[in-house]
Amino acid sequence: MAWERTFSLHVPSSTENLSMIRDFVKSIGLQSGMGDMDVARLELAVDEACANVMEHAYDADDTKEVSIRAIVDDASVQIEVIDSGKGFDPAAVEQLKLEELVSAKRTGGLGMRLMKSFMDEVHYEMKPGVKNELKMVKWLHKTP
Amino acid sequence: MANPFSIHKSTEQGLSVLSLEGYLDAHTAPEFEKTVQAEFEAGRVQQVVECSRLSYISSAGLGVFMSFIEEIRAAGGDIKICGLAPKVFQVFDILGFSALFDIVPDLPAAIQRFQQAPVKET
Repeated sequence: MAWERTFSLHVPSSTENLSMIRDFVKSIGLQSGMGDMDVARLELAVDEACANVMEHAYDADDTKEVSIRAIVDDASVQIEVIDSGKGFDPAAVEQLKLEELVSAKRTGGLGMRLMKSFMDEVHYEMKPGVKNELKMVKWLHKTP
Repeated sequence: MANPFSIHKSTEQGLSVLSLEGYLDAHTAPEFEKTVQAEFEAGRVQQVVECSRLSYISSAGLGVFMSFIEEIRAAGGDIKICGLAPKVFQVFDILGFSALFDIVPDLPAAIQRFQQAPVKET
């Protein structure tokens, strides 16, 4: 039976707490033996997920709470970002080319693009107003 | 919580140089946006964003570059980016910013790039 450890952080929904979230995730990444570049990718993916929740799901309402759960085992780091905000349809987020976003003066969707690029798996489970959950997995590729 | 981020403004050979330090995220990006906007409104459209002391950038920071570049180029200027550490560069690169912006190693290279190509050649 493989070992598994769970760590949790709950913060008020304010972007000033993004640095605390990054510190938490960085510690998880380093403890699990990830290299520096992978730790940076993990930090960024979680920052993007939480910033989206704070700015969009909760409309910058800092009385709300964002929860981050990290489940670490010998093969992966799984991150869950949980909110009870308004949610969204991930499939409806347009994947425009960068040039098209610039022309349209839009910057939306970049965060999700980074999450998908830097994590091995990204899944959403949306129950708007009840519980929205984003699960991301980073596999650990440890060299012997 | 501390989210240390600061911008130092200077001028080099007529170019506006914005040196970024610390963490550029959704919390600190509005400060960067105001600075770029103020430079643009003051007519300083040839801007170098010097990032050798920038530890971190998220999409909120990248969005600032994206939202001004068309207006700045339409006014005959450009934003050249220099000094990116590998961890920061990977974020620009994975989103395709390398094709959209002149990204050069350091400030002298950015100054030289403005002399060679005031607006990025595509």
